[in-house]
Amino acid sequence: MSAVVENHDHHDDHHGPKKGIMRWLTTTNHKDIGTLYLWFSFAAFLLGGAFAMGIRAELFEPGLQLMDPIRYNQLVTMHGLIMIFGGVMPAFVGLANWLIPMQIGAPDMAMPRMNNLSFWLLPTAFTILLSTAFMEGGMPGFGWTFYAPLSTNYPNVAYFVFAIHIMGASSIMGSINVVVTIMNMRAPGMTLMKMPLFVWSWLITAYLLIAVMPVLAGAVTMLLMDAYFGTSFFDAAGGGDPVLFQHVFWFFGHPEVYIMILPAFGITSHIISTFSRKPLFGHASMVYAMVSIAVLSFVVWAHHMFTVGMPLVAELFFMWATMLIAIPTGVKVFNWCATIFKGSITYETPMLFAIAFVVLFTIGGFSGLMLAITPADFQYHDTYFVVAHFHYVLVPGAVFSIMAAVYYWLPKWTGNMYDEKMGRLHFWLSFIGVNITFFPQHFVGLAGMPRRYADYALQFAEWNAVSSVGAFLFGFSQLLFLYIVVKTVFAGKKATPQVWDGADGLEWTVDSPAPYHTFDVPPKING
Amino acid sequence: MNTESTGHQKYYVPESSSIPIIFAVAMLFFGVGAADAVMGKGTTLLFMGIVAVVSTMAYWWSVVIRESQAGLDTPQLNTSYVYGMAWFIFSEVMFFGAFFGALFYIRTFSISWLGGEGPTAKGLAGELLWPDFEATWPPMITPEESLLGDQAVTKGPDENMYLHSIKSLATWLPLYNTVVLLTSSATVHFAHMALKDNNRKRFNFWLGVTVALAFIFVILQAVEYYEAYSHLGLTLNTGVYGTTFFMLTGFHGMHVLIGGIFLATQLTRSTGFNHFTDKEHFGFEAASWYWHFVDVVWVCLFLFVYIL
Repeated sequence: MSAVVENHDHHDDHHGPKKGIMRWLTTTNHKDIGTLYLWFSFAAFLLGGAFAMGIRAELFEPGLQLMDPIRYNQLVTMHGLIMIFGGVMPAFVGLANWLIPMQIGAPDMAMPRMNNLSFWLLPTAFTILLSTAFMEGGMPGFGWTFYAPLSTNYPNVAYFVFAIHIMGASSIMGSINVVVTIMNMRAPGMTLMKMPLFVWSWLITAYLLIAVMPVLAGAVTMLLMDAYFGTSFFDAAGGGDPVLFQHVFWFFGHPEVYIMILPAFGITSHIISTFSRKPLFGHASMVYAMVSIAVLSFVVWAHHMFTVGMPLVAELFFMWATMLIAIPTGVKVFNWCATIFKGSITYETPMLFAIAFVVLFTIGGFSGLMLAITPADFQYHDTYFVVAHFHYVLVPGAVFSIMAAVYYWLPKWTGNMYDEKMGRLHFWLSFIGVNITFFPQHFVGLAGMPRRYADYALQFAEWNAVSSVGAFLFGFSQLLFLYIVVKTVFAGKKATPQVWDGADGLEWTVDSPAPYHTFDVPPKING
Repeated sequence: MNTESTGHQKYYVPESSSIPIIFAVAMLFFGVGAADAVMGKGTTLLFMGIVAVVSTMAYWWSVVIRESQAGLDTPQLNTSYVYGMAWFIFSEVMFFGAFFGALFYIRTFSISWLGGEGPTAKGLAGELLWPDFEATWPPMITPEESLLGDQAVTKGPDENMYLHSIKSLATWLPLYNTVVLLTSSATVHFAHMALKDNNRKRFNFWLGVTVALAFIFVILQAVEYYEAYSHLGLTLNTGVYGTTFFMLTGFHGMHVLIGGIFLATQLTRSTGFNHFTDKEHFGFEAASWYWHFVDVVWVCLFLFVYIL
């Protein structure tokens, strides 16, 4: 793709941003809203990370040192909720806001005011959720999966329910905006198969979100009714079944897992291609792989429930269906490897994170394959092996891809280059920290250490101590990330429009920093 | 790929607006108020929240309508609205899907497992825990009642609402409701045809009939609920039958009410403000799609909640 042939005639009917706080409260600009999402998710990442530090501090040695088990359970629950709904998901939505209109040549998102609402509902929801910390009975402590009947008998669950409802409304509106933008606002000539992979990944993600967030709303509604209005959805005494909760929840929960990884696939594809200085290997197969993963994600939910007592035929179906997902995922991993193969590779920070993503996400994928084997899962279920598995796909998976994306597009957003030396330092500290934290959890998990307990048997002490040390290394390294980003916002070597010599796409045809309004008039894509 | 600029019509990107942030604050009041109310801590905040949310929404839509009347929306923006509404309805389908899924699961699996059937440990558990519970749908005696009799907290209903249990079709409210709703789906279509023919009088008439039918449905449903509570002993607390019955019909009824208000708004726009042309009338079209969706949900409800 070459540069924009003709600069667009500048319209004066668009004003620049408002001054001060009102700019951020009332903005309808996709870049402003993207920035809000990204900073919100960074704040949530640090808060959820602080909770994780609390967990690892308690688990540093056996016995109860810092907190009682109820407080520990609250930390585990809030760590999960904040990282998923406040950290990873808003970060990807922020990237979608910043990048999708620029990558498809649109003036903005399709519904700019609703876009603003989608963001500001998040602080609303988290205010409600966190307000329980100051109430009698405290924060929710039933795990982010809020299984009934524990959750139906828990104090303050109504605040949790309405917070989830509002987060869901925010996600659904945000996703409708993304889908409509992609379907309706592409520049002339940008056919679906010419669309950049990040846009593709978000089209599929948004579809998944619109499909499953309402199911989550259904689950919390049933929970609310059972808890406060005497219904019997999850109560066997009235003819219901607690296992029904798990089915409804995981029908949402499994696609949710892919919601948190598909945009990462898109990001990784861009970065690996750029720094290998080769076009991505197998663009079309990447698209088909993501679509297959999305379709399969609807028929695998019960692999989270193998030990709950399901008919044998269900155990077998969900085992095979889950294993099928390894095929499209394998296609993606091989495509990334083939893209790197014989490329002129340089190892800037985004590339380091992207390569780490491919390697470590694949490790998480393999442990997922182990967990998919029903008879084996009877041993692994609810142990630290599961914790190690999903942290490998979420931290060096989703979170590393977000960091890679931030380093990759930060020059485009701010107009300044980040400090490469500091970026690499941040990468290596994170990479080492994350592996020290989570790799030993495979060992203690296979040896039988159960998750969600504040205490553990003595034989798990060494690896838990190691894991805690790694966690603090990883946690404090993120302050370096904060420092690098803040520094780049205010100063740094000026970035060119192209930024990376191997980068390809419409966003690299506009200035760095990207002007407040890009593509008022859509560019025409030829060839 | 080469890029060059095109002579494309400009997409309307609204200026910064304080409506969304006001709406988000209103939702804060609403969310905290709703949780307070549910937990018995008073309803003041909820009331304030509802007023704030409803008035903000009304104002927001009035702004959108004014912009549309001012000719700001291009065909491309209209397409955005069309896609947006379609995807919103899809999300609603999934919401009802969760409750229908729960109904099917309970009827197919949990009731029979509680009754002692099933090849797994579940059937055995039902046999051990509730030896006297009989797996029927609807469960007129809950598992707890089968064990504790009158001591049970969750008891079954006195009568059920099923087609096969009633004495006379002439007094069977769900049938009336079905007729009302199916008719309204036809009348809203007649209204659409009239608008396309540019026959404003006929449009207003059929849309008026549709709105009337919508509110008749809501009233009939209220009568049905009153009957269920006062004469059939069927309440939210009568085990899983009352649970699924009221949650499914209740959410549907709420959607009928919303759809009715949606249609009534379009009627007011047409009669009071002379909005819509034979080509441009997306507000009405969206309302009619929503209405057909609500109608389809009712057909499923009628089939799976009342007949089968």
